[in-house]
Amino acid sequence: MNNIGGCVRMKVLMSGNEAIARGAYECGVRFVAGYPGTPSTEIVETFAQYQDVYAEWSPNEKVALESGIGAALAGARATVVMKHVGVNVAADPLFTVSYTGTNGALVIITADDPSLHSSQNEQDNRNYAKFAKIPMLEPSDSEEARRYIKIAFEMSEMFDTPVFLRTTTRVSHSKSIVYPEAPLSREDALRLEVNPGKYVMVPINARHRREEVEKRIQRLKDFAETFSENKMELNNTETGIITSGMSYNYAKDAFPDLSYLKLGMVYPLPVKMIKKFASEVRKLYVVEELDPYIEEQVMAMGIKVIGKEVFPYTGEFDPGVIAASMGGSKQPVPASLPDISIPPRPPNLCPGCPHRGLFYVLGKLNVFVSGDIGCYTLSYMKPLEGLHSCICMGASIGMAHGMSKALGEKGRGRVVGVIGDSTFIHSGITSLLNSVYNKSDIVIVICDNRTTAMTGMQEHPATGFTLSGERTKELDFSALASALGVENIRIIDPYDLKSTRTVMKEELSKPGPSLIISRRSCVLFKRREKELRVPMRVNPETCIGCKLCLGLGCPPISWVKDGMTAKKGKGKRKKQEGVAKIDQELCIGCTLCQQVCKTGAIIEVNAE
Amino acid sequence: MMKKNVKNILMSGVGGQGILRASDILSMVAMESGLDVKKSEVHGMAQRGGCVTSHVRYGQKVYSPIARKGDVDILVSFEKLETLRYMDYMKPEGLVIINEREICPPSVNLGISDYPHDIVGTVSSIFSAVKVVDAGRLAKEAGDVRAENTILLGVLSAYLRLEVPLWLKVICESFPPKFVETNLEAFHLGRASQEQASQ
Repeated sequence: MNNIGGCVRMKVLMSGNEAIARGAYECGVRFVAGYPGTPSTEIVETFAQYQDVYAEWSPNEKVALESGIGAALAGARATVVMKHVGVNVAADPLFTVSYTGTNGALVIITADDPSLHSSQNEQDNRNYAKFAKIPMLEPSDSEEARRYIKIAFEMSEMFDTPVFLRTTTRVSHSKSIVYPEAPLSREDALRLEVNPGKYVMVPINARHRREEVEKRIQRLKDFAETFSENKMELNNTETGIITSGMSYNYAKDAFPDLSYLKLGMVYPLPVKMIKKFASEVRKLYVVEELDPYIEEQVMAMGIKVIGKEVFPYTGEFDPGVIAASMGGSKQPVPASLPDISIPPRPPNLCPGCPHRGLFYVLGKLNVFVSGDIGCYTLSYMKPLEGLHSCICMGASIGMAHGMSKALGEKGRGRVVGVIGDSTFIHSGITSLLNSVYNKSDIVIVICDNRTTAMTGMQEHPATGFTLSGERTKELDFSALASALGVENIRIIDPYDLKSTRTVMKEELSKPGPSLIISRRSCVLFKRREKELRVPMRVNPETCIGCKLCLGLGCPPISWVKDGMTAKKGKGKRKKQEGVAKIDQELCIGCTLCQQVCKTGAIIEVNAE
Repeated sequence: MMKKNVKNILMSGVGGQGILRASDILSMVAMESGLDVKKSEVHGMAQRGGCVTSHVRYGQKVYSPIARKGDVDILVSFEKLETLRYMDYMKPEGLVIINEREICPPSVNLGISDYPHDIVGTVSSIFSAVKVVDAGRLAKEAGDVRAENTILLGVLSAYLRLEVPLWLKVICESFPPKFVETNLEAFHLGRASQEQASQ
């Protein structure tokens, strides 16, 4: 690796996420916390490579932010990292740390996901900056990401305020050239300072701090007018574009010769600078993905501007979208698409995924499965169809509870809440407690694959390891549930379909909340059980073509038309059209297909 | 205009085929050649057997990390069917490199739809420049079936003005020591397959 501290090269290719971590490292960040979430995850992971920085996974974003506030109050430079919806979880402390200020430095990184590449919504978190009255910087590439986080720390100290650094998926996950610098040596500013008037937000103190927030915003507005990263490029008196972040690159790509006002800080906006820029051009556009956030503020300044009347509200842009919306650019003529249907390729559970067995059973039980966020959400799709809702992190248990209370007798034994191990820790524990306290009639399943799989195998409190790989206390789900008052607690192996089905039925028939821990490591997990498993094969002579095994939706299993070696034989159907086949290179030998096969046609590779 | 100098490469395939590393290597070779470079892909859910694409753009100055439709010079498709999905990104005079590897999507496995027939024929009816590679066979020859991505980089390198020593340098730096030899061999085999073809 060429981006690790100590071995600094002149020029390095980095993702936006790696560059943010690099920049923070260079300017002496002392404390980092976050919860994994695409597209932000690699920021915290990169910090783990810098020996001198303390970085940790938090159980959720609210805890991350509160920890970051504490570190900043102690005088440190701290940063907390989350995806856009994570800021919703952290919103409670967010709005009030804006009042208290930070003493040291606190930078909150929000990674937004236009086009919902890996998210449940595409909220525009620039609104949080305005809403919580916290300044926000927005880099457009990796080198800016590296530089802007340093500016964010300096601003945080200068104005005694938390500062947002906003990226989007394309900034976080694109790679471009970065010019790393050596880390700064900083004076130790750490100390305990007691200042209740500033940090105890009871009404009498908070009212005073509320006034201070407005004064600070006024100072920040003045700062924005001369801020070096708000840049005017006057190339053309006919048309000008106000833009920020990745949209700047798309617009420059499509229209390199127009005039630009590129905003490095999107809250607060530089009013005088915007008015000056507007006076320099005849026609003014705002190019921004998602909400008309800049546009509405520019309009409120009394300036005529073209924005969402031509640009889409939804999805991410690219140079083609901007060129098509504005017109007047010579558009390349794409080659035509072939006139044949192209089968889609949606993401799927991996071969041997432990979720498959559980959701195969759930999909056949005539129950409503209130789902959550993780790889297992994919089991809503055909053929498993074993999950029926997904709103946000931790929603499954609460939703199942409300549903069962509303249904009363009609819902008895018919409502299940499923939640991943990391998601349960993130925000499922309080709703499990609620289901006990309010006597819920639901079955709750923790899909415990021993890691945070969806975002790429991050540690969490139940893995027994920290971000840096150190051993730590391992959360015991059974003991926790027992302490919360859950009386029915079962542990199952989802590779065993029969007992999974039996336990599920038994618990559905009992009153009161039951907790089932479906425990089996993710197949991609580095510390998974290293048992020797033998891949399966289909015996075409005994396969009757019933397609039951295909109902597992397992990638190695496919259907071969007319693939029979024997047309007649015991159990063979008169009009049998084909047989199943298993790709032995992909199969890991979980045996689920062998368990569903009624004719014993699925056998180990070496079996006769 | 500046952007005319920008070379647009699109890599497509399926999660697990090594596209992200291949596009990293290409980008670093461009950077080592003194050019500006940007590349973009989406991580996350795509890893779970779904489609993966990576855009690499390099030249004197690059703004957008993603190419627009109709602007891609070379498409390298690591999986045969995935070639079809991105035809509209191609310039009509662009080059299409197709790996013969077939990976069935779920609907084909379930017997609901068919894996399209004669993909090479279909692509060739639209583009005059089409190169078909059996990267699986060449990777086996190089000594590691997982080196298909490096085979395809070797193939691609035959159509780019990026110097071979830089490719070799970046490949050496991109793999753990015990895999370097195999990947250098894979690069050479891929490149040689095109040099022979053009003789």
